[in-house]
Amino acid sequence: MKRRLITLWRVIHTGILNFMRNVTLATAAIAVMVVTLTIVLFSLIANATFANTIAQITDKIDISVFLKDSDTPAQTKQLIGQIKKLPNVKSVDYLDKAAALKQYEQQNAGNQQLLTAIDETTNPLPATILIKPVDLNRIQDIKTFLVKPSVASLQSDQPSYSGDRKQAIDKITHATDVLRKIGIITVAVFAVICALIIFNTIQMAIFNRRDEIGIMRLLGASTGYIRGPFIVESMIYGILSAVFSIVIVNSAFLASSNALQATSLGLLDINYANQYFDAHFWQLFALQLVLGIVLGAVSATIATRRYLKFKTK
Amino acid sequence: MILLDRVSKTYARDLGPALDRISLNVDPKEFVIVVGQSGAGKTTLLRLLTREERPSTGKIIIGGIDYDKLKDRDIPMLRRKIGVVFQDFKLLDNKNVFENVAYALEIVGVSNREIRHTVPKVLEIVNLKGKEKYMPKQLSGGEQQRVAIARAIVRQPRILIADEPTGNLDPKHAWDVIKVLEKINRYGTTVLLTTHNVEIVNKLKRRVVTIKDGKVVSDRANAGYRS
Repeated sequence: MKRRLITLWRVIHTGILNFMRNVTLATAAIAVMVVTLTIVLFSLIANATFANTIAQITDKIDISVFLKDSDTPAQTKQLIGQIKKLPNVKSVDYLDKAAALKQYEQQNAGNQQLLTAIDETTNPLPATILIKPVDLNRIQDIKTFLVKPSVASLQSDQPSYSGDRKQAIDKITHATDVLRKIGIITVAVFAVICALIIFNTIQMAIFNRRDEIGIMRLLGASTGYIRGPFIVESMIYGILSAVFSIVIVNSAFLASSNALQATSLGLLDINYANQYFDAHFWQLFALQLVLGIVLGAVSATIATRRYLKFKTK
Repeated sequence: MILLDRVSKTYARDLGPALDRISLNVDPKEFVIVVGQSGAGKTTLLRLLTREERPSTGKIIIGGIDYDKLKDRDIPMLRRKIGVVFQDFKLLDNKNVFENVAYALEIVGVSNREIRHTVPKVLEIVNLKGKEKYMPKQLSGGEQQRVAIARAIVRQPRILIADEPTGNLDPKHAWDVIKVLEKINRYGTTVLLTTHNVEIVNKLKRRVVTIKDGKVVSDRANAGYRS
């Protein structure tokens, strides 16, 4: 056990030394890895940001059902109960006449004319049921229910669907889908390029150290002992790349928020993206580290298996 | 200690065998010199012993290990039990004398404390005390070869194989190296030495195995060189 620990430490130590001897050779591998990880990071942040935008807009959309003044509380209560049982209903709120008036006053606080047109004694506003759907694309059930004669007879007016926002949501959903696909493909392509460059780097490193490797073998070094340092070296590429990548993204956000005062870039809500990045900094960084290390280790394992021939003739 | 039973090695069919049904038995603590012209098959023989090559036919047993039953992943373990010295030293140029010797211990997981304890002792055996910090390039050929011997014996192998260790050395340095090998043999290590230096063979008065065209043509104790 102690021997194993000593050996493990020596493998890591040798890997670090080799990395330092090899920095120039490693530059290309690290550069590509930084690009790969940065794309991953941007994709994640963009994805979260779009999801947030959609959620925000969805939350603002509701269906208003206007009741008649003649409806009895029992009827209202029953109607609310029925609506709550419908599928795809997220929440149901009830505004009685007074509350509806209050909301109206708040919404038009700056407009004296509109306010004086209505006062409490004549309050013409109907009591209202507000329905929030779970999925905007499936409100047909709710619509069908609301136009049923028995339900329609309780209403003073046609229900209102703030459906004009649906288009915006569709647009963002579509953009997110496309971006996600582009992101996955780009990341995959870069990961492959990255692996190939690491292969190449390790192949060169093995070539440079072929005498040393030959001597190690003759002295009875185990396969793992010869191979380990190369894998450690590639894992260091991963760690450094993760650090560079997070620094680059961080600087990009600083630059965009300082210089441009930008709040949105097309559909991308930069403010939220920035907040998301700050709030999840350590998780994102940890993810970058893990990705970098895994990418490095896997590439190096395959490369050493291929280029270090361990069998005797 | 070393047993070869009708061992043959053929690299390519049209070239004929490099070794042709060689049988050899070396007892523990023996000092055996293998002589022969270049191309006679000496190096092939040693490469078979260190398992850099597999025999085409025949059986090899070293220190109780039957090579037929040896798996690839156990080769490192085998090599740790055999010390090997080469004509071209094979030292690591970017490590100093101490580090070169220590290296053989590092790869098998010996602690730094033990390394600091063992390496100076071994350097003393090969008469290199005080040269720990020298880089290989700063040493003479004879000194470099003694570093290589120190590295080969630092793990106390039961067998030391020396492949033309004096091939690149002038007579004085060559003799220094041979004296070190004799010393190691006195301490109880089996030594297998290949050389074509007539003077060394004649002076040593040890068992001499002569190989010619891949065959053992003579095997006699206390022999001089005859070709």
